[in-house]
Amino acid sequence: MSEPRMIEVRRNVLKQNDVIARALREQFRAAGVFVVSLVSSPGSGKTTFLEKTLTQLQPRYRVAALVGDLATENDALRLARSKAPVKQITTGTLCHLEAAMVQNALQEWDLNQLDFLFIENVGNLVCPSSYDLGENLRLVLMSVTEGEDKPLKYPTIFNSADVAVITKNELAVAVEFDWETARRSIESVRPGMRIFRLSAKTGEAMGSYLDFLVEQLKEHRAVAHI
Amino acid sequence: MHELSIAMGIVEAATEEAQKRGVQVSAVHLRLGALSGVVKDALLFSYEVACQDTPLAGSRLIVEDVPVAVFCPQCQEQRILTSVQAFICPECGLPTMDVRQGKELEVFALEVQE
Repeated sequence: MSEPRMIEVRRNVLKQNDVIARALREQFRAAGVFVVSLVSSPGSGKTTFLEKTLTQLQPRYRVAALVGDLATENDALRLARSKAPVKQITTGTLCHLEAAMVQNALQEWDLNQLDFLFIENVGNLVCPSSYDLGENLRLVLMSVTEGEDKPLKYPTIFNSADVAVITKNELAVAVEFDWETARRSIESVRPGMRIFRLSAKTGEAMGSYLDFLVEQLKEHRAVAHI
Repeated sequence: MHELSIAMGIVEAATEEAQKRGVQVSAVHLRLGALSGVVKDALLFSYEVACQDTPLAGSRLIVEDVPVAVFCPQCQEQRILTSVQAFICPECGLPTMDVRQGKELEVFALEVQE
């Protein structure tokens, strides 16, 4: 047999996903909708947090959500209580959402009729980090019950996110949550990251986070010339 | 664990490139960034499974680890991070988020038999 020969090919393995994500981002820009994706571990309170977000934005803004889940439709049913349009993406055994799933799920929706679209990823702090969904803002959520060093254990996802939300603050005292350590962990893997500490359950500090989203929407539209 | 779907993407990309050139692949060289979100061992295991019943069956996956490099605005230099848990310049200690390298997930080259 002859000697092996090397051929340089330089091909991005996730190119297909990235191409779709770029097309989605352009679609979002043209429609003037601000798209936020949510990543967290299972059980961090993502669905409650999203339900409160939708409910509180709804009187003033047109909001909708896509929810990724492995098998059940429970999350979509819970979110439907907010009266916002909600669609479930059941991933089966897949541990993350991909841009093509978002594209498919959005087919019947008129994005021009929306101000905010939220995409709840599958509860997982590893796999979703590799996939661009075309979102404008990636929000990583952790709860005070998870431990202050979570960002150091999952640096890739925290590094890929734009803002961090620490929730279940109503339990902070009971679990002896050390805010300064948590803040330092986040700062270490993602210097300068904006952090919101709140309680979705009691509503504590939800206001400054929602104001932040509204500011982001305004900036997004100013840049998009809409 | 999403390494199986990544491995399938690698096999698909490599198969396509090989068919274009009419060659038989004996090994695939991959550049894998420390911030790619992909675990090397899981990927190597998944690769064997993903190759089954494809023209790449029996080929090897050779992974080149790509460390994270950031640009330090104080040193005005690109620096390799010593840990992905600390985004600070290893020389002067300034925090920086200007990532220049480390997200790679790239089929870099194919080793082929004529």
